[in-house]
Amino acid sequence: MDHGGPSHHRSAAGSDESQSANETVIQAGGGSFAVHIMDLWAYRELLRILVWRELKVRYRQTLLGAGWILLQPLLTLVVMSAVFGAMLRVPSHGVPYPIFVLSALLPWGYFASSINRACSSLLSNAHIIRKIFFPRILIPISAVLAGLVDLLVGMVLLAGVLLVYGTVPSLRLLFIVPLTLVLALVALAFSLWASAANVRYRDLSFVVPFVTQIWMYLTPVIYPLDLVPGRYRFLLEINPMTPVVSAFRWAVTGDASPSLPPMIAISLGLSGVLLFGGLIFFRRIDRDMAEVI
Amino acid sequence: MSDAIVIEEVSKRYRLGASAPADTLREAITRFVRARLPGRRPAPEMPSAVARDRREIWALRDVSFSVARGEVVGLIGRNGAGKSTMLKILAHIIEPTSGRARIRGRCASLLEIGTGFHPDLTGRENVYLSGAILGMRRREIDRKFDEIVAFSEIERFLDTPVKHYSSGMYVRLAFAVAAHLETEILLVDEVLAVGDAAFQRKCLGAMSPGANKGRTVLFVSHNMDAIRSRCGQVHCFDRGQLVFSGPAAEGVDYYLKTSDLPAPVTAISLADNPAAQCEGLRLLDITLRNPAHPAVGPCTGDPLSIWLRYRSTRAFASPGFSFAISDMRGIELIRLTTLPISGFPIEGLHPAGAVELFLDELPLVAGPYALSFAFVRVNVAVVFALPNVLQFEVAPSDVYKSGFKPDQSRGRIVVRHHWSHAPEADPI
Ligand SMILES: Nc1ncnc2c1ncn2[C@@H]1O[C@H](COP(=O)(O)OP(=O)(O)OP(=O)(O)O)[C@@H](O)[C@H]1O
Ligand SMILES: [Mg+2]
Repeated sequence: MDHGGPSHHRSAAGSDESQSANETVIQAGGGSFAVHIMDLWAYRELLRILVWRELKVRYRQTLLGAGWILLQPLLTLVVMSAVFGAMLRVPSHGVPYPIFVLSALLPWGYFASSINRACSSLLSNAHIIRKIFFPRILIPISAVLAGLVDLLVGMVLLAGVLLVYGTVPSLRLLFIVPLTLVLALVALAFSLWASAANVRYRDLSFVVPFVTQIWMYLTPVIYPLDLVPGRYRFLLEINPMTPVVSAFRWAVTGDASPSLPPMIAISLGLSGVLLFGGLIFFRRIDRDMAEVI
Repeated sequence: MSDAIVIEEVSKRYRLGASAPADTLREAITRFVRARLPGRRPAPEMPSAVARDRREIWALRDVSFSVARGEVVGLIGRNGAGKSTMLKILAHIIEPTSGRARIRGRCASLLEIGTGFHPDLTGRENVYLSGAILGMRRREIDRKFDEIVAFSEIERFLDTPVKHYSSGMYVRLAFAVAAHLETEILLVDEVLAVGDAAFQRKCLGAMSPGANKGRTVLFVSHNMDAIRSRCGQVHCFDRGQLVFSGPAAEGVDYYLKTSDLPAPVTAISLADNPAAQCEGLRLLDITLRNPAHPAVGPCTGDPLSIWLRYRSTRAFASPGFSFAISDMRGIELIRLTTLPISGFPIEGLHPAGAVELFLDELPLVAGPYALSFAFVRVNVAVVFALPNVLQFEVAPSDVYKSGFKPDQSRGRIVVRHHWSHAPEADPI
């Protein structure tokens, strides 16, 4: 590790003496919160390599390699369209059901797999954490970033489905770019909590897949929001993922509920709070992570 | 100022309770619910958990010293003295409980060989991965790539996943990356001892191009010969405290004189040793037994059984148990393993099991020795190591039937042998 770069402990020394540019001070509670985050920039190269490792290892292992990224959402799409679209006839506001479901399934799938991967990410890198210094927050961040590649491939699939149905995409589709940023931030917020908490409670990684599974049914992914009876709808509206998947769906299909803009604002606010809290919580766990992991 | 590292009254306390991996969500929820059930007395916690939470260890206590720029400094001390803890604090891996340290210059640490290697990636990819994790810039790795590969001597296998490497190739590549770290300060824990001479030269060698000062190295070793020949200064630790600082030769003498304090034992419990559990494997104890004369303990020429009990939640493919015996100067005399290359491969671990290493005849002269243990996985590197985990005494025996029982004044090894003597038939 290179402590020569922007040292996050320098400011913590309460600099009353002049220090040479290259000096690092190590002491208890070292590093203020803000400096800790700033430090990440110095480690962007390591982050790049961690993301690359994640992708490389994941797709080298599977039989179909990178083809698997495409096949997995495709099969899910086929099954969901058959069960919920064709058999159960879930209403989709006149949009072909495959387009309706895929436009929400992509952000949801990204969200769920990010949390699940991030949750066990610190423990599976325990051997490195014990032996070398680097900002450990890079590990859940790299899990969240690596998932974006799957999302991108999913978009290609979506484009294919749009083409099959002869839908002409409008400029609205461009909203997917900022929406993906929002999605990634929400995923990061939850991932920080899950990954740090898993260091303390080792059985969390068994619970999270189950929770995300249930959560999907509490999010309008396979059905439209207005299918939910009014008095239960608040359950979906306090769910920060509801506006995110709804907005994705709107960007693709133009189908939106009038309450979308305020919901997005609420979701953004909630995610901001969660993200900030997640950073603080992560920092707290991070302090003695190498000792307890 | 010419000090590269200044350490001021650094202390480190480990809380053993906090690190109990048994902490689960289920336990936490149970405790939470119990505490709030009406009519119930608050949380009747398990006694073991209570005891666990109160235990703490001062791994370092008010340690101060400084290291001049360009100096090679050794840290010595018995097991658990706090040497690795000191390095980990300097490497930012753990935080000190109090005190502070200042480091001037770019610093890299080498606490283990092969940190960051991923078995599924190729040799080439692992050079970049491990290099980045050790703190090398991408351009730096690009520039040194050919040199690293040449040093590792594994060109032909560069595009093979390292899980297919032999243990030797794996270690060579890992060493090659580590040897090309180019920082002003290097912190090294034990790994120098297992590297070959070329590796040691690279790591310790003078590096700064302009100035004629060499790099500053702080290294931990149990090998007193290496310490004596490599270091200028040594700092000797004992139970978390710095007990000697000074020239290497004096420090080694001090250490050897004071380090035979612990009574030699023939068994050690590892159940409470956090260093003896990792990745689902937990060691319980190690016992030395002399089946021929159980009352005597290890004895020259007698059989010796080294018995290790463990619990494991994982099977581990080709697990490698490794025992080594060294003398008090840290020179390794015997190392035996269950790795496939040893001819005694083990299939996998049991949930509860024991391994026994049986020596038909202990070939060591009477005197004190140290037993080291390591658990290794093929091509994955050392999972954990317990250097000098147990010090034992070999009892004297008149193996040569000479009336004299060989001890450490005459070598270390006994060999079945005979002499012959005859007049030469045809002297020239
Ligand atoms: N993560 C941890 N949690 C709790 N205790 C720890 C932890 N790491 C080390 N210790 C304890 O701190 C003490 C110092 O350990 P350290 O690893 O620094 O010793 P060392 O001098 O490097 O020993 P060795 O020669 O065996 O490597 C020991 O008693 C050890 O059991
Ligand atoms: Mg150590």
